[in-house]
Amino acid sequence: MPTFVKRLLFAVLVIAALFALNAMLSTQGLFGFGLDDYYGRLLTFIGINVILAVSLNLINGFTGQFSIGHAGFMAIGAYASAYMTVYHAPGWELALAGMVGADAAHVLIFVLAIFIGGLATALAGLVVGIPSLRLRGDYLAIVTLGFAEIIRIVILNIDKVGGATGLTVPGYTNFVWVGVFAVITIVIVHNIVRSDIGRALVSIREDELAAEAMGINTTRYKVLSFVISSAFAGIAGVLFAHYNKFLSTADFTFLRSFEIIIMIVLGGMGSITGAILGAAVITILPEALRQLPTVGLFGQEFNFADLRLVIYAALLIVIMLTRPQGVLGTREFGMNWLRRAQKRPEGDEAVGADTGVSIAERDTTPTADPVEEVKNK
Amino acid sequence: MSGAPEHDAVEATKEDSILTEAARAARSSGGGGGGGDDARANGGGGATLRTDKCTIRFGGLVAVNELDMDVHEGEIYGLIGPNGAGKTTIFNLLTGVYKPTSGEIHFQNKRIDGLRPYEIASRGVSRTFQNIRLFPSMSVLENVMTACHIHAKQSLFDAVVRTPRFGRDEEEHREYCLELLGIFDLARYKDEGGTSLPYGNQRRLEIVRALATRPKLLLLDEPAAGMNPSEAMDLMALIRKIRDRFGLTILLVEHNMKVVMGVCERIQVVDYGKSIALGLPEQIKNDPKVIEAYLGD
Repeated sequence: MPTFVKRLLFAVLVIAALFALNAMLSTQGLFGFGLDDYYGRLLTFIGINVILAVSLNLINGFTGQFSIGHAGFMAIGAYASAYMTVYHAPGWELALAGMVGADAAHVLIFVLAIFIGGLATALAGLVVGIPSLRLRGDYLAIVTLGFAEIIRIVILNIDKVGGATGLTVPGYTNFVWVGVFAVITIVIVHNIVRSDIGRALVSIREDELAAEAMGINTTRYKVLSFVISSAFAGIAGVLFAHYNKFLSTADFTFLRSFEIIIMIVLGGMGSITGAILGAAVITILPEALRQLPTVGLFGQEFNFADLRLVIYAALLIVIMLTRPQGVLGTREFGMNWLRRAQKRPEGDEAVGADTGVSIAERDTTPTADPVEEVKNK
Repeated sequence: MSGAPEHDAVEATKEDSILTEAARAARSSGGGGGGGDDARANGGGGATLRTDKCTIRFGGLVAVNELDMDVHEGEIYGLIGPNGAGKTTIFNLLTGVYKPTSGEIHFQNKRIDGLRPYEIASRGVSRTFQNIRLFPSMSVLENVMTACHIHAKQSLFDAVVRTPRFGRDEEEHREYCLELLGIFDLARYKDEGGTSLPYGNQRRLEIVRALATRPKLLLLDEPAAGMNPSEAMDLMALIRKIRDRFGLTILLVEHNMKVVMGVCERIQVVDYGKSIALGLPEQIKNDPKVIEAYLGD
């Protein structure tokens, strides 16, 4: 089966590339090429932010329901899994190690942690989503923001998970884990969006009344998209917690939610590649600013990194003025995009140009690979 | 609000066949006692859509007042009335956007008032809108494929894993929608943005989208609005054509009297939310109450 082989090849390539990168990040390096640990950290955070931005884009960009509580869901995933890895995992890992070996036990335990984090967050998403998705626009935004803060404050008051002092977490995450889950998130969101469910979600964004009249249970699909989106935020939380090795509720304030929002607004609401771009830019930006020399202003020394919130704001204003739909809007950056951009000068594919061709002859070649088919859009 | 109506579960029967088969199925399955093509003759056949003293109040305003309607299987039924008579409100009642304050609505002998719009749509009632409501960022084809949702056999799992069933399902809908678009001469625009089409084509695209839900009853809300006389003539032919081809019952709200008189087999006139006349186009044309409602006294 060619599609199957193609997919397998894709998966193998991705994992190989991730391991190669990971090896480069290690102290020995790969074939003499080594990357600073600093870049490893940066890449890992880009990966985590890609998961967050792409998943948030499912509910905000594609379904059009403006949620700004993503950090709250991230916190649930982080703390639920940390509870397991801190209190139960050492014993379980030891028991498992006797059966399957230490390395496999290590992997299995973390898979379980990710599963628990994702599941707990999906359930939280369901509980929060059912009542709040009845609201629209600003009201939904305020309620999700409120829920995220409630989640944070509740966690802050549970001493078992560290409360205000924070919680030390074992470091399971490495770059490969983050990379694999970033790719999984992108593939799953992509496949959902390019399906019947995806069309239902986009139709809700475009015109809820018309969507409902076409037989789409809008409430159900809003909740579904919210739950999926939350689950991935939870997974990002798990990866973050076990990479950072220390958890504190200060990591999950509404500022984190806004950061993710900025990523998708910048990249394009309704574009997966846009969200990836936004995540990369917003992760790299403060680091890049750190390289700049400090400036004296009003008799004070200013570091550009400290000014990052000001710069975000300025960036957002510029984007809103010049390109309100985000850098990519609802389009996707891909091979097809490049091909089309190349073709354009020679003569646009005019509408009338193909009038003579019957529909039967046009575009009936069913593309074997659904991803290809999607790109033909 | 009236007591809780009993609702039968949505019929499990789904015609997944292409066009002609769908038409046959719709013709034979509809209407309970209704008798297919014969129903088109006035008074014959069973009522496929029936309202019983249907009333809706918005505060002190009675927008629709004890309306009785009886639309027969396979007919083209016109609903007319002066501005503000409550025609669009009636559409919104029939499609579940509003719930009647009192009274009942039956479709194919099953009560549908109080159901959500998507439930009514999945029972075979589809509609277009007075002010076109296409999905702006979607292409023409995507607009139509979105309406295939009721008949989709793919699950979330199928979509995520891209199972063979997903591929088959997508291909089936794609073909069906392209065929539908072809009937309306829209197939060549399939990759254009839905709302970038000229106005007349947008109206037709909305009809195609409504047809993609494979309805038994099609509600058209002012399909000729904004059309010039020759476009309106084409539209009349089109309405007849889709009725015959898909075995539909069509309920039409329209201001353009030429269209209404030309295409409708029976016409009901409403004024201030009340039914004031019902009959053949000829009768309606000469009804003094109708003339009074339109021209005032």
